[in-house]
Amino acid sequence: MTETQYLAPHSLDEAVSALLAANGTGRILAGGTDLLVQMQAGIVKPGLIVNIKKIPEMTSIEETPDGGFRIGAAVAGAVVGEHERLGKAWPGVVEAINLIGSTQVQGRASAGGNLCNASPAADSVPALVAAGAVATIHGPNGRRTVPVEEVPAGPGRTNLAPGEILVSFTLPPRPPHSSDAYLRMIPRTEMDIAVVGCGVSLTLENGKCTAARVGLGAVAPTVLLVKDAADALIGSKLEDDALEAAAEACRAACRPIDDKRGTIAYRTKVAGVLLKRAAAIAADRAGRA
Amino acid sequence: MTSESNVKWIGKNTIRPDGADKVTGRAAYAADATMPGMIWGKILRSPHPHARIRSIDTSKAEALPGVKAVMTSADFVEFPVDTPVPIGIQDMRWMSRNIMARDKVLFAGHPVAAVAATTEKIAEQALELIEVDYEVLPWVIDVEEAMKPDAPILHDHIRFEGKPSNIAGKLEHTLGDVEAGFAQADVVIERSFRTEPVHQGYIEPHACLVSVSDGKATVWSSSQGQFMVRGMCAHMTGLPQNDIRAIPAEIGGGFGGKTIVYLEPVALVLAMKSGRPVKMQMTREEVFRATGPTSGSVSKVKIGATKDGKIVAAEGTWWLQAGALPGAPIRGPVGCGFAPYDIPNVHTLGFDVVCNRSKVAAYRAPGSPIGAYAVECVMDEVAEALGIDPLELRLRNAAKEGTKAAYGPVFPRIGYEETVRAAMEHPHYRAPLGPNQGRGVASGYWFNAGGESSAQVNINEDGSVVVITGHPDIGGSRASTANITAELLGIDYRKVSVLIGDTSVIGFSNLTGGSRVTYASAMAVTESTREVINTLKARAAKIWGIDPEAVIWENGEARPAGENAGNFEPLTLAEIAAKANSTGGPIGAGKQLNAVGAEGGFGTHICDVEVDRELGIARVVRYTAFQDVGRAIHPAYVEGQIQGGAAQGIGWALNEEYIYDKNGKLDNASFLDYRMPVCSDLPMIEAVIIEVPNPKHPQGVRGVGEVPIVPPLAAVANAIYNALGIRFYSLPMSPPKILAALEQTERLAAE
Repeated sequence: MTETQYLAPHSLDEAVSALLAANGTGRILAGGTDLLVQMQAGIVKPGLIVNIKKIPEMTSIEETPDGGFRIGAAVAGAVVGEHERLGKAWPGVVEAINLIGSTQVQGRASAGGNLCNASPAADSVPALVAAGAVATIHGPNGRRTVPVEEVPAGPGRTNLAPGEILVSFTLPPRPPHSSDAYLRMIPRTEMDIAVVGCGVSLTLENGKCTAARVGLGAVAPTVLLVKDAADALIGSKLEDDALEAAAEACRAACRPIDDKRGTIAYRTKVAGVLLKRAAAIAADRAGRA
Repeated sequence: MTSESNVKWIGKNTIRPDGADKVTGRAAYAADATMPGMIWGKILRSPHPHARIRSIDTSKAEALPGVKAVMTSADFVEFPVDTPVPIGIQDMRWMSRNIMARDKVLFAGHPVAAVAATTEKIAEQALELIEVDYEVLPWVIDVEEAMKPDAPILHDHIRFEGKPSNIAGKLEHTLGDVEAGFAQADVVIERSFRTEPVHQGYIEPHACLVSVSDGKATVWSSSQGQFMVRGMCAHMTGLPQNDIRAIPAEIGGGFGGKTIVYLEPVALVLAMKSGRPVKMQMTREEVFRATGPTSGSVSKVKIGATKDGKIVAAEGTWWLQAGALPGAPIRGPVGCGFAPYDIPNVHTLGFDVVCNRSKVAAYRAPGSPIGAYAVECVMDEVAEALGIDPLELRLRNAAKEGTKAAYGPVFPRIGYEETVRAAMEHPHYRAPLGPNQGRGVASGYWFNAGGESSAQVNINEDGSVVVITGHPDIGGSRASTANITAELLGIDYRKVSVLIGDTSVIGFSNLTGGSRVTYASAMAVTESTREVINTLKARAAKIWGIDPEAVIWENGEARPAGENAGNFEPLTLAEIAAKANSTGGPIGAGKQLNAVGAEGGFGTHICDVEVDRELGIARVVRYTAFQDVGRAIHPAYVEGQIQGGAAQGIGWALNEEYIYDKNGKLDNASFLDYRMPVCSDLPMIEAVIIEVPNPKHPQGVRGVGEVPIVPPLAAVANAIYNALGIRFYSLPMSPPKILAALEQTERLAAE
């Protein structure tokens, strides 16, 4: 029987070299709410577990000098939820992260884990994509940054190279009258997994939408950035026509599957409904008169 | 009858004897049991839904260091398929084949072998070393497919109408002449329905610990009946019952699903073979894959009524999935479906159909919700067609004292009508509905059961009381028993402790099921307590030197019956107890009986839903359940039962279902994808307790726990119809189904 090694380094370099040395059998442990479940179910049998919660950069939230935020990849959802200024600037990102699991799970689960688990239905990812969040990645060749939507490669797969670790998310500064929202469709009211998830971030100027991004989850192998939907919103006053055009763009972007959680037809229809509802919430939050 | 107005404890929400232990985590469930030298048992399960077992080679597993025992069905007593071996309503021929496959595997997840090893890890590794040579066979999981002429046949010995078949049984009830009845009807409505299997969803997975020493076995397990566990273990291993002591652990939910065994006989064989205590514990996935859901079904119901709202004929046929082995609860729909109504002409028919799914187990009023779903939806359509209020239609046809039910009995005093009237008069029924909201009603019936119970009531030296009964407490029976004992003795209920005895300390008691425990156990406890009171009176008489007949028992004291009896200060229970040794020895009494007269229970529910028309989500926003409970011994527990049943029924209606993949394997074996309602999905369910005392019970009790799961399926469906104008004839009414129906309606309207 192969034994599992456990390591809890204090620095990223240490973590990266241990991970590299494990030759692909290493797994990162942040909250463990996916990893431990997968281990118990016998889906993964890691040779090495690297607990990254002792690396300060990964477990803190900082405000950047330009007015943005940097959220450590291993910060637990509950901590994100308690950050007042972050909640004011990015309520959609915070509500999405806070939808991961139950209250108990929120004490451990992180947005970094949610992204690296690479489920197309991950709740935090569409909101982060809509927010234009950028992922900082530390690896054997140093650091790089990529937009969040470029991290997942497919269900359960990421574009991280061997030895690379997701360190943090950077959220850009917020112009006035900007806000965001995340909505998901679940058959129940909680303790469920998104059948469709939709994040919308937008900026208003005199009621007119001047910037927008739309992230769509659980309708394709990876979470989608739906540029056409955002384009339909930008320049509009979010009139019914513009919302319908954006909803149609979302429906057109869907490449879902039929499975136990929803049908292709259902997911496609719901993607449009959620876009309209999330856009309305984001606009209200942005101070739409 | 204890119907005096000065009752002190019956009807009081006394503090639950099991409450503190449960909320502090101190309660000892089966999985909490450990022993020195204990090893772990694990089960190898079939990956195929249907296959012949050509051979099983366990030699490599046995050779793995740490493995202490390996077993297969060859280690069980073999019961030939042609000779029934009943224990209660179960048949050991099927039970033994369900917990360990013999010759064939019949569903994905069917146990084929088990190992016991020093660690769970080694046990798991050993499972991988067992080589099973399967001849994979075609399979069938759908009930209609299973009845087609070319369907794969699961059991060669099952024949229907002379031919090999998957129809394992049939049940039929006839009253009057339905053809003649339908001929009188002005309105006849016939509809077909479909339901999916749903799981009981108890929070605690099956678990047990079995130790064998000097040929004597002790079994700690989570079950709804320690005597059932003992009996089945004895049958499957050949051990005599006196060599098996079954100890019931605190139980974390059962809902009928723990009225049978899965692990105990396996662990017992492993313990006998290894000489070590063996612990087994299912994962949630195993619970979903291999323990009983209740049947999925297809059905057809036809009701005919005259213009003035009198039902003149009713007909219903139900085809129920039994799963891998015979035993679908056809009695439920066939007997209960039309039971709320006084109908002169009734014909009901049920078929027990095997298919390659896990064998069904009892689930709260087994089969009756499936019956009521079809009947109560058609009732709603009949009411609409006649232009009569749906509760008014039920009232006009309500079964009452003297009504002959199609399944046989003539009802004594029952409280169905009262539930309908209470619903009609309740503010809920007239409350305004908001946009996209709808209201539905439905009724339901369950037989309730009596049966064997034993009780022992002992007076302690200090005058406190210990009561021992033989039924695992899954719904508040300890609290109810304490209330009844305190009431009869006239003492504070805190002076009464109620324990559940194991199979060696209390006489045979049938399992906790059929809503029978508070009913039957209370009878045994009442008789025992009455005998104790007679003894107490005799002891007082002895102390006073008067005739025992001249002593009465009142408010916890012995008193002279009147002035003629003599002038003595009353003697309290504590005073008599203190003198017990000098007046004749310890005081106590035990009674054993087979309770009859457990009359059926009726309920009527009102459900309001609100539908999100864009997402297809139906949410229950208000729910009120009216039920005749006979007498509520502990009202908070009664409410809890009613709320719990309604919640499970709502889950069945809206989201719960077994989903299979294209390989015949269950695809949603987790609480994530098997969607039972969570707390925030439901409103506070209001329980309206109606008390029409059961004349055949000393406290007037009727069974409570099962009736409330019967009406919700139709109540929710009728509410959704009221909201959307669309009727759904299959469950669950999940969001994709509702949205698809809404879109189709829009399309048709546009065309």
